[in-house]
Amino acid sequence: MKLAVWTYEGPPHVGAMRVATAMQGLHMVLHAPQGDTYADLLFTMIERRNHRPPVSYTTFQARDLGADTSGLFKSSCKDAFDRFQPQALMVAASCTAELIQDDPGGLAETMELPVPVIALELPSYQRKENFGCDEAFLQICRTLAKPMARTTRVTCNILGPTALGFRHRDDLAEITGLLSEMGIEVNVAAPMGATPADITRMGAAHFNVLLYPETAESAARWCEKELGQPFTKTIPIGAHATRAFIEEVRTLSGSTMPVDETRMRQPWWAASVDSTYLTGKRVFLFGDGTHVMAAAKVARDEMGFEVCGMGCYNREQARPLRALAKEFGLEALITDDYLEVEAAIEAAAPEMILGTQMERHIGKRLGIPCAVISAPVHVQDFPARYSPQMGFEGANVLFDTWVHPLVMGLEEHLLHMFRDDFEFHDAAGPSHHGGHAPRHDAGATAADAAADEGGSMPPPSAPLSTPDTPALPDNIIWLTCAERELKKIPFFVRGKARRNTEKFALEKGIHEISVDTLYEAKAHYAR
Amino acid sequence: MSTGCRDTPVLKQRGQREVFCGLTGIIWLHRKMQDAFFLVVGSRTCAHLLQSAAGVMIFAEPRFGTAILEEKDLAGMADANEELDREVDRLLARRPDIRQLFLVGSCPSEVIKLDLARAAERLSAAHGPNVRVLNFSGSGIETTFTQGEDACLAAMVPALPQTDAQELLLVGALPDVVEDQALDLLAQIGVTPVRCLPSRRVQDTPAIGPNTVFALTQPFLGDTHAALTRAGARHISAPFPFGAEGSTLWLKAVAAEFGIAPEKVDQVVAAPRARAEKAIAAAATTLRGKRIFFMPDSQLEIPLARFLTRECGMDAIEIGTPYLHTDLHGPELDLIAAGPVISEGQDVDLQLDRVRAARPDLTVCGLGLANPLEAEGLATKWAIELVFTPVHFYEQAGDLAALFARPLRRHAALKRQHPNRLEAAE
Repeated sequence: MKLAVWTYEGPPHVGAMRVATAMQGLHMVLHAPQGDTYADLLFTMIERRNHRPPVSYTTFQARDLGADTSGLFKSSCKDAFDRFQPQALMVAASCTAELIQDDPGGLAETMELPVPVIALELPSYQRKENFGCDEAFLQICRTLAKPMARTTRVTCNILGPTALGFRHRDDLAEITGLLSEMGIEVNVAAPMGATPADITRMGAAHFNVLLYPETAESAARWCEKELGQPFTKTIPIGAHATRAFIEEVRTLSGSTMPVDETRMRQPWWAASVDSTYLTGKRVFLFGDGTHVMAAAKVARDEMGFEVCGMGCYNREQARPLRALAKEFGLEALITDDYLEVEAAIEAAAPEMILGTQMERHIGKRLGIPCAVISAPVHVQDFPARYSPQMGFEGANVLFDTWVHPLVMGLEEHLLHMFRDDFEFHDAAGPSHHGGHAPRHDAGATAADAAADEGGSMPPPSAPLSTPDTPALPDNIIWLTCAERELKKIPFFVRGKARRNTEKFALEKGIHEISVDTLYEAKAHYAR
Repeated sequence: MSTGCRDTPVLKQRGQREVFCGLTGIIWLHRKMQDAFFLVVGSRTCAHLLQSAAGVMIFAEPRFGTAILEEKDLAGMADANEELDREVDRLLARRPDIRQLFLVGSCPSEVIKLDLARAAERLSAAHGPNVRVLNFSGSGIETTFTQGEDACLAAMVPALPQTDAQELLLVGALPDVVEDQALDLLAQIGVTPVRCLPSRRVQDTPAIGPNTVFALTQPFLGDTHAALTRAGARHISAPFPFGAEGSTLWLKAVAAEFGIAPEKVDQVVAAPRARAEKAIAAAATTLRGKRIFFMPDSQLEIPLARFLTRECGMDAIEIGTPYLHTDLHGPELDLIAAGPVISEGQDVDLQLDRVRAARPDLTVCGLGLANPLEAEGLATKWAIELVFTPVHFYEQAGDLAALFARPLRRHAALKRQHPNRLEAAE
């Protein structure tokens, strides 16, 4: 038993629903009680889908448990088939139905429906949403795809985009366009937009492009083994990775067509002098493994940030993430406990967070700017505009999105100069954000205010929550004058100044931090 | 005088139900009871439901959480009770502000027959008197949406202290501002003393006994009604306090119980009632003559249909409710003119067929159905907003009407650009 306040991933059947909802002509029957129908709103509200997900729920009740839940499952299957006439039927059990062991797959098998039945085993008490996506898509491929003659021209499949994915719609469009520029036609893109009939044609492609290992790596590996299709390993997020992806695709396809990079503005935007102020900004990354690993490289190598922490919530990606973190001189944080992530961010005191919707709220609480790079995301992260993360346009989007939460470069200088001006001061927040100024202090005051507002969280300054906050090194205290001086430093560098000063004091064996210590530390760490 | 809809045969269908489970009630209950924590003993799905239904609104560390059952709890490798005690110990150590802890049963905890009543007794003994531990079920195999609040309040009744005092008990979780208005009106009318269930804080817990009379402010409190009756309290039957008419009838029924003449009520409520009628009239210009269809969701459907048909001039096509309690809803059904289909339970596909055939001007439904219907050119009102918005009594009556008018005004405002407008006009 584990206490969860907020979760990064839903249960596995929600993952299976993401695959079913992304596809056309497939229907899913989920053996589940009525409450599980909440999952529909993930798609209709958060993603603003204009159709109900293609999912029928058996909605069994307590009184059915002693009677005939398997009969209810079969009648639901029959009704769903008659009404929706799908090309294939996928069946699964949610967490509660798993306990009553009705075996939806076996039951559906006995009905002799005139279409393929894809039965899923989703261990709800061990696995989570991403596993559900990956497993559902694997079983769909195993049931429907067969080895066949290759297309005459070089074609590929694109694997991974699902419903509710972070920018999957736009990544698919961007990568399809890029491949087309290279003279490579997409045979089937799946699950998003594919029908079961399309899946049966997957074997005709020469290779596969795997966009999201979280949702489709098992399918890609199966296709490699059973259909003889190699798949791409590079995730084309950022300028460098997009170029590496193009090289990988050239190797797999033999394509020699030139690719026009001129619409990728991000490298110049990052190189232009206005971006100098981004140098060494300390960022903390958290999300799914794939997006975090890609974003970490972009942050360091393309934006000039300093990565001060990274982690992921999906254990499946723990190994490669740990390896990358080591290369960055960091220890990866692998956890799905939101409170642990919050504590780690508070301890690292970054100048910016790149995370999920959870980290956005952590950032709000701690007064740290945040840009979203990974699922899970809220309705505001399904924009109406074209906004991919991948390919050339994706690189442009990353630059804009990551810079937006920060105070602008010139403004940063002015804030240093006029830090006490009553109208133009750092507590007002970035001037291009209007009413959405971040809290002016990353320390206890802001969090206390947030706690008052939310009315539920004991303030971080309360004794019980202090174990999470970074402890001041032994025997070191801040003199009042130094504290006052620290407050004059603009909020976006204050956390760093505090940390550096304390580290400096510890190294030098200084017990009382004075104004001089503060400036000696500043000189020591000057870059 | 006609008997309204009380004798209308009820359409009952059995199929897929598209409704929340009772756990959803935690989202407003934890805000109402400021020293309570709701610990769901369930699966990752329960946690995800609460987050999806609530996440849009609150993102502080909430006073609810889920103890997620894991494989080893089910396989008997871990003693689920020991695990639960450990999680509760940790929780209470971290949240010393908690005075009441509710162990909330879920579908999985009920299927594996985890005895939360015994767990609550055990934990009460361990953590009392500082923390009181109660249990109820919010499981989807037993409860629908607002029935979670009913189960919670019903579970509190046996733990209430005894009294012989003649007191009025107001039953139902109202927003504080609305509760204060109700208490103020009752005081002016001369009804005292009045206690509330649930109380905002544990020290204000009401007592009950043979001289307690109680009035429900929410139409979904059937089990609480039964529990209070068993405990010797007496129910004041009345329409629910939605709209100017409902609020007045409700207050008059309570006043009569305390031997106060209706004229006194009229005199006290004259000003707020006039304000309510004026505000309702403003929204009614949009609502009058419009056809409304209620999918079953919150059990507020019948009182709201009464309000919208009688005070806002709407025509009800179908009034669906997850459960029809004739005892509680009878006075409401008497007031609704015969005509609409009254349906209980749901087969969502068949009901959507009826919506599409009727093409109502407004459909009240859950979040999963709203956008798909909007995409077909049908205006909708999310039912969940009705339980998250202050809508009771006079000062909110205009807001309640406006909740229904807004989607219609929006449809009118966007009529030239709605993607399916042409199709919808046919």
